[in-house]
Amino acid sequence: MSAMWVATLVSSLICYILKYLGYAIPESFLANPRVQRINTLIPIVLLSALVGVQAITNKSEIVFDQRIAGVAVAVIALKFKAPFPVVIFSAAITSAAIYNWL
Amino acid sequence: MSVALPVGTYGIAFGATAVANGFSVIQASLFSLLLFSGASQFAVVGVMGAGGSALSAITTGSLLGFRNGLYSMRMKPILNVQGIRKIFAAHITIDESTGVAISQEPRGEAAMRYGFWATGIGVFIFWNLFTLLGAFGAQALGNPSAWGLDAAVPAAFLGLVWPRLIDKQSKLIAISAVAMALILTPVAPAGVPIIATVLLAIFFGWKPKA
Repeated sequence: MSAMWVATLVSSLICYILKYLGYAIPESFLANPRVQRINTLIPIVLLSALVGVQAITNKSEIVFDQRIAGVAVAVIALKFKAPFPVVIFSAAITSAAIYNWL
Repeated sequence: MSVALPVGTYGIAFGATAVANGFSVIQASLFSLLLFSGASQFAVVGVMGAGGSALSAITTGSLLGFRNGLYSMRMKPILNVQGIRKIFAAHITIDESTGVAISQEPRGEAAMRYGFWATGIGVFIFWNLFTLLGAFGAQALGNPSAWGLDAAVPAAFLGLVWPRLIDKQSKLIAISAVAMALILTPVAPAGVPIIATVLLAIFFGWKPKA
């Protein structure tokens, strides 16, 4: 089985178990305030790291290319409270324009 | 319905991202059917797309899926489900269904239950339809860079994290996480720079905010 299939099926299984656990285990177990605080921060660090890695790296190198311009435009769109599709499209159009014509 | 439209566009973005990162249309659809949690799905395909191993992709996706377990605990006494309903309720316990249920709290537990099931089932249907659309679309487009998909992917992650950056501390943490991931990229195996940022979450979350 390819790594892609392993990632697809195993992550699906684990994420389902995590959802089910909340209904199955005693309520106090995960209610610890420290666990809750760290849990709130986990999406922030992981998603931010993914923004950086997907925008500025290629394999194990730092690469500055058209993606940066696209993400910069996305930041501006978000600052102006643009809806999600506008954010994505403005990033894609900017990046594609630079890739194709510069 | 107000939840469904943004979900649709995220679904398209996910389907396209998965395919742009080397997953097949079937795999993209299975993520949405079986995993059914947006941030985790994006993370798994994102880490693999950045060259990470299956293990680092699964770890990152699971860390993001942890919060659904906390939502389940919140919903448990309200839904009070058993047997097969518990199995389905668990599957649709996500940001949106829990969020809508909690927003109905002033109107009583019946309204909360209705909000949970209606939102969870609605989002499930929309999310899967639009994933398929995005995956087929991206497959038809070909070279991801020529269509700007390579920038749309980090922009989608940015769109996911942006609403969570509610104060100075969260912004500082986000910037630290980007910096840490980039500094580690040349020296650590792919995927590790992303997971390593959990250390920042533990560090900043260890003590209550001053």
